[in-house]
Amino acid sequence: MPTALSIRNLTKTYKNGLTALKGISLDVREGDFFALLGPNGAGKSTTIGIASSLINKSGGKVFIFGKDIDVEFAEARSYLGLVPQEFNFNVFEPVVEIVVNQAGYYGIDRKRAFAAAEDCLRRLGLWEKRHSAARELSGGMKRRLMIARALVHGPKLLILDEPTAGVDIETRRAMWDFLRKINAEGTTIILTTHYLEEAESLCRSIAIIDRGVLIENTSMRRLLDTLHLETFVLYLKDPIRFLPELPEHDIQQVDDATLEVSISKEKSLNKVFTDLSCHGIEVLSMKNKANRLEELFVRLVNEKAAPASPARASIA
Amino acid sequence: MNLQQKYVAFKTILIKEWLRFMRIWIQTVLPPAITMVLYFIIFGNLIGSQIGGIKGFTYIEYIIPGLIMLGIIANSYANVVSSFFGAKFQRHIEEMLVSPTPNYVILLGFIAGGVVRGLTVGVVIFLVSLFFTHLQIHSLFVTVSVVLLTSVLFSLGGFINGVFAKSFDDISIVPTFVLTPLTYLGGIFYSIDMLSPFWQKVSLINPILYMINAFRFGILGISDISLLASFAIIIAFIAGLFIVGLYLLDKGVGIRT
Ligand SMILES: Nc1ncnc2c1ncn2[C@@H]1O[C@H](COP(=O)(O)OP(=O)(O)O)[C@@H](O)[C@H]1O
Ligand SMILES: [Mg+2]
Repeated sequence: MPTALSIRNLTKTYKNGLTALKGISLDVREGDFFALLGPNGAGKSTTIGIASSLINKSGGKVFIFGKDIDVEFAEARSYLGLVPQEFNFNVFEPVVEIVVNQAGYYGIDRKRAFAAAEDCLRRLGLWEKRHSAARELSGGMKRRLMIARALVHGPKLLILDEPTAGVDIETRRAMWDFLRKINAEGTTIILTTHYLEEAESLCRSIAIIDRGVLIENTSMRRLLDTLHLETFVLYLKDPIRFLPELPEHDIQQVDDATLEVSISKEKSLNKVFTDLSCHGIEVLSMKNKANRLEELFVRLVNEKAAPASPARASIA
Repeated sequence: MNLQQKYVAFKTILIKEWLRFMRIWIQTVLPPAITMVLYFIIFGNLIGSQIGGIKGFTYIEYIIPGLIMLGIIANSYANVVSSFFGAKFQRHIEEMLVSPTPNYVILLGFIAGGVVRGLTVGVVIFLVSLFFTHLQIHSLFVTVSVVLLTSVLFSLGGFINGVFAKSFDDISIVPTFVLTPLTYLGGIFYSIDMLSPFWQKVSLINPILYMINAFRFGILGISDISLLASFAIIIAFIAGLFIVGLYLLDKGVGIRT
């Protein structure tokens, strides 16, 4: 399947010397619903800013549907619709003009632009507000206006930077439904969030970045599975030559006196010890293996920037 | 983008700019009209009659071209500097930056916006002047081309100012401390023939002098300066400023981090 967004060794050092991205590579398949998750300051907006030509990168390459954003910039940009993190429309401009003008910047003539704007504004429930100045809209409506604007030229890839930050729970649900719908209709969607719940409920794939480094890039399923597991390091009383078959457990041998066992958080460890001692293996001591992902999630959840509904306990 | 699409993008920026200054016409179009009425009443009726004519024209006739030019220069510049700075400040310049519209089209769009504002104000002042005096146009071609070129030049100036501006103060420094003095000293109210030889020479380094005189030639048929020199200087400034403006946009100065 074609790749909607392809990022290679992306680096960014801001003028003040801060390195926000330290070599990120990732691919987003066409049709995917992709989450870019990370705590505040991880580099999510920087990554998106570069992909959408708002930020100059320091190094690396970005391709949108195979078009290099530096070389075939017009094609690359025309495939992309961006909903930025902060409001960035002219607050004095009427809603419909904002959307029509955006279509114009993509070369869509005014007549077709009006038709496309009407379609987008209706879908986002803003048609009644079309003559209002943008500043007269509520927070949720402003967010929807940015989505309508991003869709007016019919992009194949929609990127939303924290679209539900500061949005009330009903609007958030409605937005989720809308995004699911346009994804089902074929639009590839990437959204950044630091709400785990949001990524989990919407996305099929996920990349996690922290401090400018990609920590994980996998399917949502696999990630959730890993998060449900806990890994322990077991130190054995006596060295063993080989590990006996224990099909009920996920056990790895690290060296002749060390094992690692991964186990679901809901399951008891007793069974592991029993089965091991059946094979004459005695555990001397054990420790919980530090899990970078786990630590990150604890931090994410503790940031408490979380929405009104708490992140699910099973993930913490 | 093909040519047709670029044209659509250009037109979009132009319409957006036009709607923007018309939305706030009380701040943009009305003030120059009122100022001009005052000039005409004071210099035309109240003290103009006591000043006597210059080069065969009444004083008010002599200064009208300069007054129109003053409005065009100030308004072309103000339109682009405030619009571009506003777009940066509110970040809606990003609407254009994410789009496939090339930088030169963005630049041309902003310039066109400045020109339309300059022309609108120029026409308003011209219409106001018809109430106070009877004007004939000596050369329509010179009049129109000087107006357009001057307006392009100061739109470009406003654009570059907008690129560097970091606060609202920065957008009024150049108009207040550079443009207004140069315009007033550019021979709106007098002929440089009335100055001492030394001050005549000094006046010649003021580029606005050339524009005002070329424009006065267009309307009245008289000028302190040769037309050719005027056009050469205006076009040279436009070329230089366009290159600078485009370079700044390509580099993303002030807009892309
Ligand atoms: N314009 C800027 N100049 C300097 N540093 C910046 C700028 N924008 C972002 N940063 C820094 O880069 C890092 C990543 O920021 P950002 O990409 O906004 O993170 P996120 O969107 O994941 O919260 C942060 O440390 C932030 O302070
Ligand atoms: Mg961000």
